[in-house]
Amino acid sequence: MTPPAVAVKDLTLAYRDTPVLWDIDITIPQGVLLAIVGPNGAGKTTLIKAILGLLKPAAGKVEILGKPYQQQIKKVGYVPQRGTVDWDFPTDALDVVLMGRYGHLGWFKRPGKKDYALALDALDRVGMADFASRQISQLSGGQQQRIFLARALVQDAQIYFMDEPFVGVDAATEKAIVTLLKELRKQGKTVIVVHHDLQTLKEYFDWALLLNVHQIAIGPVEEVITSDNLRKAYGGRSAFFVS
Amino acid sequence: MTPQLEIIITACIVSTACVIPGVFLILRRVALMSDAISHAILMGIVIMFFIVKDLHSPLLMIGAVATGILTVLLTEWIIQSKRLKEDAAIGLVFPVFFSIGVILISRYAGNIHLDQDAVLLGEIAFAPFNRFLFLGRDLGPVAMWSMGAILVMNLGLLLLFYKELKLATFDKALAATVGFSPVLLYYGLMTTVSITAVGAFDAVGSILVVALMITPPSTAYLLTDRLSRMIVLSVLIGIASAVSGYVMASLLDASIAGSIATMTGAAFLIALFFSPKQGLLTTYLRSKHQKTDFASKMLLVQLMVHEDQQEDFETTVTHMVHHMDWSIKFSKKIARYSVEKGYITRNQDQLFLTPLGREVARAAIVH
Repeated sequence: MTPPAVAVKDLTLAYRDTPVLWDIDITIPQGVLLAIVGPNGAGKTTLIKAILGLLKPAAGKVEILGKPYQQQIKKVGYVPQRGTVDWDFPTDALDVVLMGRYGHLGWFKRPGKKDYALALDALDRVGMADFASRQISQLSGGQQQRIFLARALVQDAQIYFMDEPFVGVDAATEKAIVTLLKELRKQGKTVIVVHHDLQTLKEYFDWALLLNVHQIAIGPVEEVITSDNLRKAYGGRSAFFVS
Repeated sequence: MTPQLEIIITACIVSTACVIPGVFLILRRVALMSDAISHAILMGIVIMFFIVKDLHSPLLMIGAVATGILTVLLTEWIIQSKRLKEDAAIGLVFPVFFSIGVILISRYAGNIHLDQDAVLLGEIAFAPFNRFLFLGRDLGPVAMWSMGAILVMNLGLLLLFYKELKLATFDKALAATVGFSPVLLYYGLMTTVSITAVGAFDAVGSILVVALMITPPSTAYLLTDRLSRMIVLSVLIGIASAVSGYVMASLLDASIAGSIATMTGAAFLIALFFSPKQGLLTTYLRSKHQKTDFASKMLLVQLMVHEDQQEDFETTVTHMVHHMDWSIKFSKKIARYSVEKGYITRNQDQLFLTPLGREVARAAIVH
């Protein structure tokens, strides 16, 4: 039996005495395109960070493809929120994409010809081939997001985590990202995306995790996004989203 | 080697050793940490001196580096408690350590060579007096050798960990998820800063350490947008400041450390105004040029539209003044600019498009 892409067991995480995630128990099968949705402060980003070992849970454990994260580093690709890095950093687009190869290279080793070729190829896949030598501060928000995606592509992972890739991007970039997500799924990859637009959920994703500190529901989108579940996650506010 | 040359070489070595970790302090926006560490180490030196009672013991250096790390740890701890912001946290910790050092010196060590002035300002002019003797041979000033060793260490670490430092500086989260502990790299960097500060402050004083760690990298930051070039430029600017600072000090018969620090500042000001990409003056000139160029294109389009109508009046400078609501001076300037560029020819008051001007006008409309 193939192990699930991600298995989270009884995960609880707190900032001081305030629980941010409470008893999360989820199994994400391989090959799905899953959106993590929920209101602001629901713990969506926190969940991703806890899975990737960036935050230490108060209780519970996480397995990636049946093993602890530390043993699966090379099988995971990560796209952090665009706003978490300094875009005035002195470097160009190609160099940022190359950073996606660093994990495979390990300590001390410098990127070689093969890594450059992979990076250029990834830039091409996100439609940014002409921007390779562009200083990153001169890129638009959408272009910066594409660079981040290209960087995740060269990580050549089995499972991708993306934190709000659709925030602040233009329509063309949004479309390019969706195409890319579907391509990845076709290749058998698992993609887990923090998302906050309920209206595009059905169109873009096949699975959803509805979260609000507690997990409300997980499964195929149409089973998860019911007016009942949404009320539980958002209170009365979002009932109108459900058509 | 003459003492003068020895001083200059020592200053260049100190400067290069300082700018390397300085680049990463600037990019991480923790430049003030150099200030904090280079002051806080005083406490470590003094306390270690009381334990070993020897001003030349290498243990003093260990005590100093330990205090440097302790400063970083405490500062980070205050930041993580979320009660204070970064700048306040940095500003809180090091004055305490520095003052403890000062109190200890003034109370218990008044009669030995360890005074506050030397700590702050150093005196590189004295560097040649302290010789490094090996098997009876004079190999030059001790400071040159000790800072040389630190420089070799910094260069080695930079070459070994260039990729890791770059990633952890740009994107901490990705560094952590691919197995390069940002915490380890941060404290590694801060240990390097501490060792460099300890080695350098004896020769040049802590103020110059701060100036060298912060100013040449900040200057280079204005001049380039590639990390590798930023490091190389920082080194060159640091060396240029050291040499020109020494010359200025000899001409004025002034403090060498002070003169070098002044030169780093002068280099920064020059870059701030004249940097080809982001300089204040260059940006001003560029925007002015763009304004002129745009106005010229408006004029060309205007001329092209009226060319077919054979209305002579519409194509005069006088008309420009009315139609565009430009001042006479500005109209004349734009007309002159357009003639210089070969867009138009001028016959008295009358303006005529050249073929080139017509092409430019068409392109301007399309865009």
